[in-house]
Amino acid sequence: MTPAKAEMNAAPEHQPADLSVSTGQDAMIRLTGVEQRYKTKDHDVLALTDVNLNIGKGEFLVLLGPSGCGKTTLLRIIAGLLQSTSGTVEIDNKPLWNKKTRNDAAMDELGVVFQEANMFPWMTIEDNIALPLKLRGVPKAERRARAAELCKMVGIEGFEKRWPRQLSGGMRQRAAIARALSTKPQILLMDEPFGALDAMTRDAMNLELQRIWMESGCTIVLVTHSIREAVFLADRILLLSPRPGRMDTITDIEIERPRDTYVQSTQGFQDYELSLRQRLDSFA
Amino acid sequence: MGKYAAWVATPLVLALLVLIWQFYVVVFEVSPFILPPPLAVWHATVELLSDPKTYSHIAITVYETVAGFLIAVVIGIVFGGLLGKIRWLERTLNPLIVGLQVMPKVALIPLFIVWFGFGPTSKVVLAAVISFFPIMTNTILGMKSVEPGHRDVMLALNASRWQTFKEVELQNALPFIMTGMEVGIVLATIGAIVGEYLGGSQGLGYMAVATLNAFDVTSMFGVIFLLTILGLVLYFFVVMLRRFVTPWHEAVTSSRD
Repeated sequence: MTPAKAEMNAAPEHQPADLSVSTGQDAMIRLTGVEQRYKTKDHDVLALTDVNLNIGKGEFLVLLGPSGCGKTTLLRIIAGLLQSTSGTVEIDNKPLWNKKTRNDAAMDELGVVFQEANMFPWMTIEDNIALPLKLRGVPKAERRARAAELCKMVGIEGFEKRWPRQLSGGMRQRAAIARALSTKPQILLMDEPFGALDAMTRDAMNLELQRIWMESGCTIVLVTHSIREAVFLADRILLLSPRPGRMDTITDIEIERPRDTYVQSTQGFQDYELSLRQRLDSFA
Repeated sequence: MGKYAAWVATPLVLALLVLIWQFYVVVFEVSPFILPPPLAVWHATVELLSDPKTYSHIAITVYETVAGFLIAVVIGIVFGGLLGKIRWLERTLNPLIVGLQVMPKVALIPLFIVWFGFGPTSKVVLAAVISFFPIMTNTILGMKSVEPGHRDVMLALNASRWQTFKEVELQNALPFIMTGMEVGIVLATIGAIVGEYLGGSQGLGYMAVATLNAFDVTSMFGVIFLLTILGLVLYFFVVMLRRFVTPWHEAVTSSRD
């Protein structure tokens, strides 16, 4: 909406993928030679290969790509839900895996939000949000206080005592974000978190997410197949190409923050969108 | 249909059935040894209830049913929990469980009488054995039907096996366990009564057989009426329990709306 923002945006330029090592030593997440193979009856399928990536402290990185590019697989590898068949993952300079077991110290830095809110229906919203704290043995009063604080932060104040199914999809997803943030992790990993929401709710959630990210100062890795969402949220977009999934290009999004909904109609924003769209179309 | 239609319609249907019964008995001149008229059954029931001995028989049947059922609930949930959690154990024992499940448990009564005597204990055991299986199999089903998304959350939270069991698998299984218990309480009642039919001198099942042997068919109908009421009371007690155990579940809230 403001002309200043439109002027600021120069034409976006793609960088070759091997410039990924941009943040060097203070990388929050370091991926080295990550590769994922799935065994099927007759042959191995290579789902993801040659991922070398450093994600900086406080960065908002978006993984973008067509279906089958392994973006969800990559996120699950970073989340410790899946051990990659080769390569290493380091979280805040700590290896995520010690042989076949997860490293607790590295796992503690992670919060994960899925496409579905995955609220436990037998817990109130408050208990759902505070579950990670309960698992760590935090006393009840303290959990209550933290849940109330988080509900306020994600904008679902007053719904603490409700059952999850009494909330709308958007509100449940807010609760899921609150749950992921409850232990104050340094990293928030999000797998198409707003994919199941309607377009209007989605726009609102993107704005909220930007605010929460700026308030909490955490590092976010978000998977999406929406170019618009990617450009709106990201500091950097990593575009993945399919079959097998590999790093294609990295795009720096130089639009100043906080970004509002109207920024999407500026020339600069649309230039980013167009060039990403063209690159995506070239895969087909 | 209105919200309260069932409160009117159900008693009406019941009244109609009793009228047809009365009509049939009078018009076709049915012998009271075959089918006594409803009013006679009602009088016989009232008479039964004025006899203090009836209450001790009721108490015995209630004791056998409830004791057997509670044993089945405890063992069913513990076994179901173990088998649902430990894959290899379930795979090993599964053929055995299926075999025991299809076996007609009632055929075991003579054996139980030999082992546990003619007293209430053999009936408690039968009630427990017969109601154990639905509770156990439902517990296993409930533990296994945890949504993959819910498992992912616990995995991402780096939860231990015990934490996942306590916070997720067991909670997920509760509505299934309640369904198993609803089936189980009915089966436990049947188990206790059939046990009484076949051996012993106590309980409502024994009373039914005793009245029949005395050619007092009207009183036998009265006993059957009492048995039905007893079964209903026990069943509804379990149904009510669901509201306390799983207040969050759809089956609870949808029936309340």
